[in-house]
Amino acid sequence: MLAFMIRRLLQSILVMFVVALIAFLLFRFVGDPVNQMVGIETSVEEREALRERLGLNDPVLTQFVRFIAGAAQFEFGISYQFKRPVAQMISERFPATLELSIMSAIFALLVGIPMGVYTGLKRDAWLSKIFLTVSLVGISLPTFLIGILLIFLFAVQLQVLPSFGRGEVVKLGFWSTGLLTTSGLKALILPSITLGLFQMTLIMRLVRSEMLEVMRTDFIKFARARGLSRRAINFGHALKNTMIPVLTITGLQLGTVIAFAIITETVFSWPGMGLLFLQAVQNVDIPIMAAYLMLIGFLFVLINLIVDLLYVMVDPRIRVDSKQAL
Amino acid sequence: MKKRTFKAAILAATMAFGLSSASAETFKYAFQGTLKSLDPYSLNETFTLGFLGNVYEGLTRRDGDLKIQPALATSWEVVEPTRWRFKLRQGVKFHNGNDFTADDVVFSADRVRSEGSDLTTRIAEDVKFVKVDDHTVDVILTKPNPILHYEWDTWAIIDKEWTEANDSVKVTSASDEAATKISLEANGTGAFKIVSHDVGVTTMLEPNAGWWDTAKHNLTKVEFTTIASDATRVAALLSGELDMVYPVPVQDIKRVNDNATTTALTGPELRTIFLGMDQMRDELKYSSVKGKNPFKDVNVRKAFYQAIDIEAIKKKVMRDLSEPSAIMISPFLYSKSADFKRQPYDPDGAKKLLADAGYADGFEVGMDCPNDRYVNDEAICQAVSAMLAKIGIKVNLNAQPKAKYFAKVLSSGGYDTSFFLLGWTPGSLDSWNVLSNLEACRDEAGKGGTFNLGGYCNPKVDALADQVLGENDPAKRDDLIKQAFEITTSEISHIPLHQQGLAWGVSSKIKLTQRADNQFMMFSVTKN
Repeated sequence: MLAFMIRRLLQSILVMFVVALIAFLLFRFVGDPVNQMVGIETSVEEREALRERLGLNDPVLTQFVRFIAGAAQFEFGISYQFKRPVAQMISERFPATLELSIMSAIFALLVGIPMGVYTGLKRDAWLSKIFLTVSLVGISLPTFLIGILLIFLFAVQLQVLPSFGRGEVVKLGFWSTGLLTTSGLKALILPSITLGLFQMTLIMRLVRSEMLEVMRTDFIKFARARGLSRRAINFGHALKNTMIPVLTITGLQLGTVIAFAIITETVFSWPGMGLLFLQAVQNVDIPIMAAYLMLIGFLFVLINLIVDLLYVMVDPRIRVDSKQAL
Repeated sequence: MKKRTFKAAILAATMAFGLSSASAETFKYAFQGTLKSLDPYSLNETFTLGFLGNVYEGLTRRDGDLKIQPALATSWEVVEPTRWRFKLRQGVKFHNGNDFTADDVVFSADRVRSEGSDLTTRIAEDVKFVKVDDHTVDVILTKPNPILHYEWDTWAIIDKEWTEANDSVKVTSASDEAATKISLEANGTGAFKIVSHDVGVTTMLEPNAGWWDTAKHNLTKVEFTTIASDATRVAALLSGELDMVYPVPVQDIKRVNDNATTTALTGPELRTIFLGMDQMRDELKYSSVKGKNPFKDVNVRKAFYQAIDIEAIKKKVMRDLSEPSAIMISPFLYSKSADFKRQPYDPDGAKKLLADAGYADGFEVGMDCPNDRYVNDEAICQAVSAMLAKIGIKVNLNAQPKAKYFAKVLSSGGYDTSFFLLGWTPGSLDSWNVLSNLEACRDEAGKGGTFNLGGYCNPKVDALADQVLGENDPAKRDDLIKQAFEITTSEISHIPLHQQGLAWGVSSKIKLTQRADNQFMMFSVTKN
């Protein structure tokens, strides 16, 4: 077990190193940061001096070593555009992204599961067909289009929900939350739906196929034979058994949701990490880009590590395999 | 403990909510870009300087028509050709209550020219500031300069005492280890104070009750937000959530005007959009012509010029939101601009010119173009390519995001371009800036006319530019400028296209002044 954990940890570190390497190589192709940091009339000499001060003239290897050394200490330097510490900026933006991601996951679960159960139980009902068609739209329309359509409908035409921003936020220590004000909650609705629509569709389809599977199994037949009510069978027995894969997928998808919040955040001008990242890309703000990519890489590695370790605990077969592998 | 925090949060929530419903004169607006730093010397960029112009003030300021007005200086005179005397306004206080004096001016003049400042062009290095008394400053030059104070409206005067006390004397730069106070807070003399600044998201302002000038606005609070997405920005205006947004994309102007409660305020901007051609290399980097450079021949440049149907670009690409231009400076900024006319649109004449130059069958050339910098920049380049195809020129268009584009075509990229589209607004709002940056000869490293990407060179123009710089008599000066522009337009140093348009989306509840330099001054905004 210990050997397995150590091996897993070493692999994780290797993955982070590769993420850092790829991220660093990408920065060579996004453009010249100095041009974005100064006004157009700034002279060649001043631009050169700035480049020198930022260490952009050093050999590539030196720059990479410096970058890795900083990253290992969670030190990402000062944002080129905002002249503020990057770690601080990202931690200020993190609550917004996390709240949005969690709300969208909740939305996906609360809507996706009932729809999945319904379409699984009543395969031929016309409502099931509507659900399936709608889910097809949800999976095939790009996020930014859904976002703009929702804004057009609910903000411009009906004028019931805000089109941008987080509304009023309340500071709880370092955490800024939009969950405690009416405007904050209203502002969450459209972005959560936009971000969660894809996950909702995924969960709905997953629950549906699991339900179809489970309903055919013997223990459901026995439950029927015992004369249990439909309700007890459907929700007490069948649904419970579909939940394990659903929760695994939801957990794993949370990382994806956080990472792909970029587009939703841009459409709704949601002040999260994704929006910060996109602005950074446009302005070649390398410190922010680096920190963001490393953080997302870290989140994925962390989630996968936890899942792997949980599997080992839950499933003795993996433990046996890993011993043989040694 | 936990319970108490929660209670506090509820209280804060209700308070915040109560505030938002009570603020009738809160003015909410959005811009596409972010307010990068509050340090007024760290970025020479229109939006940042314009925003800070509401908080900080210079010795001068510009009115709605961009005429220079006294601000922190009440008057100035040229005592001798190389000595200017500025009388400073008395009784002005910074937001923190400190008095504004001559020391602050001298201090600001030093700081704006120090390392890390992006506004070093505001005052030449050899200019000396001497305090005469608490409210008089002498500026001593080494040679006469009639446009000494032209850019001083965006040279903010900062408080010496406060800046020194807060360890902010050094201009905030990206190579610093930590943020200084002046990049996070502001202490100006202007009409508004910054209440909170959530970097890259929202900035809140409130009126400065102790402002020296009478406030023409009726605002009690201002909320600025960055909304980068065009569609969202326009939607937020249409839904009434915001009072003003800018810029409005040209394709949305009609939508904004069709809406009952909003209008799009449009006008020509000071920026001139133009095409440039590499006239320096002996062989073009991106062309089918080998061993020589066709752009060295004025006939070829003229042929390119005459092939462009500027009215078509105005109608189809810019949807009428552009003003075709004949010279490299906005007609708004040069009195004799009406004396210049564009080359006629004449594709047949262009073909003939090409044939005369020895390119009867045309040639291929690579074109560089930004796609997120100017209004419809990529679409303009595509239109130009199509028009040039009609005279036998095959254009290989390379349109890229500005970060990549500028890295390639500017001096840092070694002027790696053969044919390009660029825009220019003279920071000083004066022709000399255009002559020295875009028309003056340069060497390969960019010494001289740094932004003369094509490397056009005529020593006569350089000599005239030098004369313009030292000429104090306005009429003579305008004549010299005219002579210089006559040479550059007849030799077709560049192909001017148009002044792109400004478009601000404004709610009908709001009255404001639109300035042609795209700076937004809030001291005359009224809301009802």
